[in-house]
Amino acid sequence: MSKKIAATSSLALAAAVAAALTTASVTTPAEAAGKEKCYGVSLAGQNDCAAGPGTTCAGTSTVDYQGNAWTLVPAGTCATMELPAAADGSKRAGSLEPLKRDLPS
Amino acid sequence: MPLKSSQEAFAAALLNPEAPVPEGVVNPEGAPAPKRFAVYRNNVTVSLIEALATAFPVIEKSVGEEFFKAMAAEFVRAHPPSSPLLMFYGDAFPGFLEQFEPVRHLTYLSDLAKLEQLRRRAYHARDAEPLGADFLAAVPPKALGTLRVTFHPAVHILTSSHPVLSIWEWNNAGAPDGASLPQTGEDVLISRPELDVEQRRLPPGGAAFLQTLATAAPLGEAAAAGAAFEGFDLTANITGLLESRIVTDFTVDGAA
Repeated sequence: MSKKIAATSSLALAAAVAAALTTASVTTPAEAAGKEKCYGVSLAGQNDCAAGPGTTCAGTSTVDYQGNAWTLVPAGTCATMELPAAADGSKRAGSLEPLKRDLPS
Repeated sequence: MPLKSSQEAFAAALLNPEAPVPEGVVNPEGAPAPKRFAVYRNNVTVSLIEALATAFPVIEKSVGEEFFKAMAAEFVRAHPPSSPLLMFYGDAFPGFLEQFEPVRHLTYLSDLAKLEQLRRRAYHARDAEPLGADFLAAVPPKALGTLRVTFHPAVHILTSSHPVLSIWEWNNAGAPDGASLPQTGEDVLISRPELDVEQRRLPPGGAAFLQTLATAAPLGEAAAAGAAFEGFDLTANITGLLESRIVTDFTVDGAA
């Protein structure tokens, strides 16, 4: 590209920007803002991403409710959603931070 | 044997199933331990193959699990990881697919692998807050030609002479009823404005437009670069720039 034709006129730019500003429909973070990373709630293989060193991405957790695997859930529901109790009878809850429970042995 | 050369011999034997047990690998009685070493060697290769399968699920789906495993084993031996960051392992995979004889006729595989690798790069990129979609409203119209933007660290642009995004989508969500694959190439913008990786098809000239902006060139120059392509629509491209939320910062000449 030669720089000489770099002069797409500021008038053309202004018109295009004005048109773009009126048409741009942005899915404002409604979708994303309404979600949070929740640790310790996903079933084995159902986590969204990153279940520890060496794993690459989604679907790599190997035990149910694995404490260091997270999944995206509606914001505000992470710590309150109902989960089955652990084998020893202790209660489980989701967390916004990685948990030490239910790690693959 | 000095440490360095014994490490090198060990590493070479790890990736070569024909290689003898490296010197110094012994059992508790002090005799060579070929079985123990074979188990270790097998684990190294299998875990790298599994890492590749996790990283390139659409490639695996395209060629089948069994073929993928065999092909990945060839790749692992030819291109062992050069960094301990397994999450990025596979940068050389698209190039390998281009050259690997049994799949050379599947000319789109390489670009498909590039798309999968860029999605991983985008996923693991640094977080940044994108500007609101109306940020251009704050720029005085006369200064628009000098506008320079900073892209989000997760932004990547992939140009392809194959309908690479359609192939990727069809493999993930299934083909739409009665549709046939586009016959043209597709350019793709990969980004991650929030937590989820997004990809969009770019309109004609869109890749040149964004690639020019990515070099910190001003908007006027980027518009000219895009206009060199037939069918370039400036308004549509600026709309796309706003809607994709890939800009994290901007400057204009003569403004504080």
